[in-house]
Amino acid sequence: MRPFRLGLLGAAVIASLLLGLSAGAVALPLGEVWAGLWHADAAGAAIVRDLRAPRVILAFMVGGSLGICGAALQAMIRNPLAEPYLLGLSSGAGLGAVIAIASRAGSPWAIPAAAFAGALCAVALVYRLSLVSGRRLDPHVLLLSGVVVGSFAGALMSAIMVLSDAPGVRNAFLWLLGGFGTASWQALAVFTAYASVPLALLVYHARSLDLIALGDEPAHHLGAEVDRIRRMVYLCTALLTAASVATCGIIGFVGLVVPHAVRTIFRPLHRTLLPLVFLVGGCFLVLADVVARIAVRPLELPVGVITALIGVPLFALLLRRTLA
Amino acid sequence: MILEAQGVTVRYRRSQPAALDGVSCQVSGSELVAVVGPNGSGKTTLVRALLGLVPLESGSVTVDERPVDSWPRRSLAQVVGVVGQQEEAVFPLSVAETVMLGRYARLGPLSAPGAADRAAVQRALERCDIVGLAQRPIDTLSGGEWKRVRVARALAQEPRALVLDEPTASLDVRHEMELFELIRQLVDAGLAGLVITHHLNLAARFAHRIVLLDRGAVVATGTPLEVLRRETLSRVFEWPVAVTTWSDGSPQVVPLRAGEVTTSRGGSP
Repeated sequence: MRPFRLGLLGAAVIASLLLGLSAGAVALPLGEVWAGLWHADAAGAAIVRDLRAPRVILAFMVGGSLGICGAALQAMIRNPLAEPYLLGLSSGAGLGAVIAIASRAGSPWAIPAAAFAGALCAVALVYRLSLVSGRRLDPHVLLLSGVVVGSFAGALMSAIMVLSDAPGVRNAFLWLLGGFGTASWQALAVFTAYASVPLALLVYHARSLDLIALGDEPAHHLGAEVDRIRRMVYLCTALLTAASVATCGIIGFVGLVVPHAVRTIFRPLHRTLLPLVFLVGGCFLVLADVVARIAVRPLELPVGVITALIGVPLFALLLRRTLA
Repeated sequence: MILEAQGVTVRYRRSQPAALDGVSCQVSGSELVAVVGPNGSGKTTLVRALLGLVPLESGSVTVDERPVDSWPRRSLAQVVGVVGQQEEAVFPLSVAETVMLGRYARLGPLSAPGAADRAAVQRALERCDIVGLAQRPIDTLSGGEWKRVRVARALAQEPRALVLDEPTASLDVRHEMELFELIRQLVDAGLAGLVITHHLNLAARFAHRIVLLDRGAVVATGTPLEVLRRETLSRVFEWPVAVTTWSDGSPQVVPLRAGEVTTSRGGSP
């Protein structure tokens, strides 16, 4: 890969992180951000250290993880339109989390586990619905099934939120729209604990994804254990999506926009694609969060709104291209 | 014997007739075996059975004298290279990157390709005469070029057997001949070759042995002269044919027009 492009990416990562630390209801100049990072008694230290640093790092981690989920799912079903939100994983995870909250099992560590169960159920249901004549997987039917399962999970979530009298459920509606308003060092720790193993596993199997993207039979012929890798990818993407949904709600289209941008610019193999997608996805969500914070200041927009505003036109464009 | 099927029966659904019914077939090094037969005769199922991709109702398949289902796929890919019937690239890579995917079975998950891998890829590109295309994205290739790239990828696996399922489908005469010449060269250099094809005449000219399948069963097997006989082919393909002899001695099959009568020159050898 060209060093110039890599340098540009490195600069973009640093710039987005600094911008994330600086922007918000109270705008901090970069000098104050810098001082706040290194000196506990500096003027903006509390805002930078306790509020914005965990928020920016969490947004970066979640953006990177959702990007990697999208890239892996796209290779798996050989369709650039695949991503956790459109495949119903996010809504399944949201339903799992809402059920956990409604049944008062809402500890920070239990919610991601319930979300994981929800995401797994959703992916299993989507997969089963997409098998044409009981065995062949049709990528277009898969996306349709994802939308249907996502809508069904959304309807169940709404019903639970209306009917439940559990204390946390009233806030669940805002949380589900996606945002980093409640980010904390603890939320970051929970997310990192759940996300680090699936992230490492997906990067470890990046070369297998190159083969899977060719189709099942070519992948078999070239030496990939297709069924084992498929199970691993579904488990890892379900876990990553669950961790994201549990810590910051449903944020769609990151897994669509980011891999598409990286593939268009670099055309890389997955060994390079996944780390790049992580970095670009991180920047993308940090910047989307900045826009969410400053667009209607002092109010804050859900970050899922920003990613959808960017993602939906791109989805329409890709859909036209894949059907052409 | 590198690839061997013994009395293989495959049935996709219980209620349906067997896709393969007691089929036996062997391929050894420096031998090109062509599998021919009408549509739906079980040719592709035979390839899938030989590669352990379909469960067998009865019979056995061995690769290098070892049951195929006991091979880890990574190890199997180091022995058998396969060029499937069709493949469509969703995320286009360059030709060189695509051929390098043939080294998957010999690379660790995180290790970068080494000198041996690059040399194998270069050799495969040279053998398939596509060195000049190395940096081209694969979505800009013609059908013939894409076929050669996939053969090169299989060769980069450095296999001992090469299996090709209808490698010349949708290719023009020149590309067809170039591909069969390449396959024969590789076989003469020591590879075991198994080709599924609809081209009876190319099979007759290039293959050492032909296996003729019909409705999942072997109708005839042997040298092209033994298998490509007028009566057999007319019966199996349900269309009258004549069989002539080319100057190199290989039988050549000519489908007859309705009502056409064979002359003495067009008779069975």
